[in-house]
Amino acid sequence: MPLALEYDRHVWRKRAPRARLALWFGWLALAALTAWSWQVMTQDTIWSFVADAPRQARDIGARMVPPRWEYAARLWHPLWDTINIATLGTLLAIVFAVPVAFLAARNTTPSLALARPVALFVIVASRSINSLIWALLLVSILGPGLLAGIIAIALRSIGFIAKLLYEAMEEIDEHQVEAVAATGAGGAQVLAYGIVPQVMPAFAGISIFRWDINIRESTILGLVGAGGIGLQLEASLNVLAWNQVSLILLLIFGTVVASEWVSARVRRAIT
Amino acid sequence: MPAARAWSPPPLIANPWLRWGAYGAVVLYLVLALGSIEVNWARVVAGLERGWAFVGAFLRPDFAARWPEIVDGMRESLTMTVTATVAGVTLSVPIGLGAARNIAHPAVYLACRALIAVSRSFQEVIIAILFVAMVGFGPFAGFLTISVATIGFLSKLLAEDIEDADPGQLEAVRATGCGWWQWIVYGVQPQVMPRLIGLCLYRLDINFRESAVVGIVGAGGIGATLNTAIDRYEFDVAAAILLIVIAIVMVAEYSSSRLRKWVQ
Repeated sequence: MPLALEYDRHVWRKRAPRARLALWFGWLALAALTAWSWQVMTQDTIWSFVADAPRQARDIGARMVPPRWEYAARLWHPLWDTINIATLGTLLAIVFAVPVAFLAARNTTPSLALARPVALFVIVASRSINSLIWALLLVSILGPGLLAGIIAIALRSIGFIAKLLYEAMEEIDEHQVEAVAATGAGGAQVLAYGIVPQVMPAFAGISIFRWDINIRESTILGLVGAGGIGLQLEASLNVLAWNQVSLILLLIFGTVVASEWVSARVRRAIT
Repeated sequence: MPAARAWSPPPLIANPWLRWGAYGAVVLYLVLALGSIEVNWARVVAGLERGWAFVGAFLRPDFAARWPEIVDGMRESLTMTVTATVAGVTLSVPIGLGAARNIAHPAVYLACRALIAVSRSFQEVIIAILFVAMVGFGPFAGFLTISVATIGFLSKLLAEDIEDADPGQLEAVRATGCGWWQWIVYGVQPQVMPRLIGLCLYRLDINFRESAVVGIVGAGGIGATLNTAIDRYEFDVAAAILLIVIAIVMVAEYSSSRLRKWVQ
């Protein structure tokens, strides 16, 4: 612990002088970067619009209440579609993510030099691109509809599930694998009895977690034409029917809270 | 007694009625859900050609044709990411403190938790739509959106981290007779700081990815350029943009994981 001499007394300081100086420079650099970014970002901002925002917010808020409750009758089917997009997309993602995770994990990959980098690239590429961008592409390829939404959700989820799964697989207890191998088990048997049981709880938790995220993501895919409740949101926004927008937002909020509750319960039960 | 008995692993659900009921429910759901997908196969076949064009475009991306627009979009995205992360982190620290059950007053706790729940349940794009309606098109709306999303994410995780803090240390600092503020700085902060820095870096990654999306609804950034490119079927430009995004995410992820290791 560094002690500083101050007014003839030893005072405790958390850091040595050099570390304090470095820390201050770090903060200074961060502040400078932020200020510069702010300058560049706001050079085209029209501040009168920003100053007007509270009035706009009040105006939109006033138009949002009361929500147009009758409109709910036309939302149940899109909501069902939304949940299907999320669920089927997650299932499709699992089908592809499991083999990718096996290729990516250091202890199960068939080849460290070839298969692992390819699998890691698939994971990064899938994770870097948001499902809305995938949906944008797929709608222009497959045409609008649920199918584009499902595939978009799946493409984004493959990276997420595979990444968390392969990290879980790299952390397994090697003794169990060795014990199963010592009984004379073949490669597939080692996999089934040595590795799979160890990662099963993590796998179930990851899948449910991703499903929960996907429910939230699938609510907006309709904005680019990929089906679900986002289509209704887009339609209501286009005609500035803010009382329908508020009803849709309430419904989305309810669905997301419910799915989060389900996911938290299931994850607590299995881990 | 049969001569040889084979072992089989115990089923996941012990009760056979419940087990077969669950399987039945899953099958029923799949039939209903898959039946609800309407696929226009003629459209898909027509689109496949375009799909191949897109896959081909990834092999020969066109960086040159729209380079000025790409640079503009990237500049907006990157500056938006930095400012929104800083603003979001600055705001989420007090909210995170308020949302930790072990250090905050119950009323403050409930208010902060409600704030977090609302900002977390809406997708960034929905928040972006509302902000675009309020402050107009451009990166400022994106900045506000990403800041709000950062608050929801970071203050929740920070609050959970504080709730997991070692109560012994908190009590020890409190026993010295310090005030609330000193208690936070010397009792709580050292326990959560390494993880908080890690979370901030992780959120920086996420924010960059989000900044590529909010442009689709008019909130500035590379998303607007990407949307235009896809709308015009300029797949080679779209591929170039996506490759740049992937490259930046890879660099950011690699450097943030190095930094996190160095911090912890």
